[in-house]
Amino acid sequence: MDLALWIEFIIKGFILIFAVLTGFAYLTLYERRALARIQTRIGPNRAGPQGFFQPVADAVKLIFKEELTPAKADKVLFVLAPIMTVVPAMILAAVIPLGTQFTLPFLNRPVTLYVSDINVGVLYLTAIASIAVYGIVLAGWSSNNKYAMLGGLRSSAQMISYELSLGLCFVIAILLGNSMSLLDIVEAQKSVWFVVIQPVGALIFMVTTLAEVNRAPFDMPEAEQELAAGYHSEYSGMKFALFFMAEYEKMIVISMIAATLFFGGFREFWFLQGTVFSVDHFWWLGPIYLLLKVVVLLFLMIWVRATWPRIRYDRLMAFGWKVLLPLSLALVFITALGILLANQFGAIYIWTIPVLSILAGLIAVLLVNMSLRRKVAHA
Amino acid sequence: MTPDLIAFFVLALIAIAAALGMLLGRNVVYSALFLVLNFGTVAVFYILLDAPFIALTQVSVYAGAIMVLFLFVIMLLGTETLPVSKALPWQRPLAFVLALILAGEAGYLLFFRKVTSGTIPQPVQTFGSPQAVGQALFNQYLLPFEVTSVLLLIAMVGAIVLTIKEKGGQGK
Repeated sequence: MDLALWIEFIIKGFILIFAVLTGFAYLTLYERRALARIQTRIGPNRAGPQGFFQPVADAVKLIFKEELTPAKADKVLFVLAPIMTVVPAMILAAVIPLGTQFTLPFLNRPVTLYVSDINVGVLYLTAIASIAVYGIVLAGWSSNNKYAMLGGLRSSAQMISYELSLGLCFVIAILLGNSMSLLDIVEAQKSVWFVVIQPVGALIFMVTTLAEVNRAPFDMPEAEQELAAGYHSEYSGMKFALFFMAEYEKMIVISMIAATLFFGGFREFWFLQGTVFSVDHFWWLGPIYLLLKVVVLLFLMIWVRATWPRIRYDRLMAFGWKVLLPLSLALVFITALGILLANQFGAIYIWTIPVLSILAGLIAVLLVNMSLRRKVAHA
Repeated sequence: MTPDLIAFFVLALIAIAAALGMLLGRNVVYSALFLVLNFGTVAVFYILLDAPFIALTQVSVYAGAIMVLFLFVIMLLGTETLPVSKALPWQRPLAFVLALILAGEAGYLLFFRKVTSGTIPQPVQTFGSPQAVGQALFNQYLLPFEVTSVLLLIAMVGAIVLTIKEKGGQGK
């Protein structure tokens, strides 16, 4: 491996982490403003024009806050836990392609717009996402506080349960893209986005990712009323900021993953193909398209938070295991069947996938509805 | 020394230290974390051997799923620290003898075996790629694969049967 490649890796890594960090700062502002708008308030608008410097003010405040460490806490793990939460969130984005490639002026060197395109990119995502559970569990345990402990246990149970359905949604995208490399998956969506072929799969993906990043309505681990903020109730100052940071960074990265797997990634909208607005024409359009998609997906997450109340914990687990898991298994089967039919009898049969999967989704909704009714009748 | 060799020795040191820490630690949570570190190091070994698929599977299955469940159970039971030395009396001598036998065997193989040095053939480009592993799993090893899945299913059903409440108990 030559030196230039090393330098390229390091520069790209720095740029990516810087981008995710800036994104985190402005996502907090975006969320507060959007939530305020939905609740007919104005939101933070004092620091700078339209509250533009609010994240800076927040950061300064958090840095100067007093840091407390409980006397009976496990000191080593107490310090380690926020770090173990934030690092996976930051390195998760490494395999996501932001665009194609361009040639560096003067040096005549092709530069790709992704840190690494490994042939097991999707597996990298699942591996790193599963590591992220540790930080939260250990934060709950090391605080030596019953509320924090319960929060940590809840979150680990929840994240493990929803990881299964999430993994199956990854499988759907792998099947459709015929590769585990995210770049290949994006290129396979040139003409048709996977959300069109597998709409129910995309929906399940978005629901499970909400649970994975512990966002409302699945923000069980930090239910304020029951758990006094959950796993991070003993944390303050910069250590708390790291947990906060991890949650919002994960929101960004997971929106990037959703955009890459189901919404065409950095590719232009299908009707812009072959025009000057195509990524093949101007390489710098790739990151812009991806950013647009991410902003829309993030708005959906914020919207959900503003609209839906929290689900009760046992129902959350029942929903994950009894509804989402069988449904996503069925979707994997349907997808494989559709691809087989398309390979055997012609490309038109690929449309059996959306028809059958919407049917499966409707059956699932009906069954849930019936069982809920039975419960109400019993009560 | 090539960079690969240096990386190997550093990783080996970390792996051994993590394993020792796991065995000797008196706090079960720390032991579990040392085991996670060990799994992570082994995953890096796989990457050094040009098998990223196996490496990432190792991380997501062992470090990501199994050890999280271990931690979960440890915390749920609240048995973080071991009671001071309640080992069975015959355990230590037996372990000592077994360890001696193992060391002897390893030493014999290392020093007295007739070895002719040869070159290890370079693995083919597609070795350990997802496609290759999948092909091997579903053609050559189909029966063991299916048997394993049946075993796991039985274990799962068993766990559910054990936790289910008897009928006629407290209603929902």
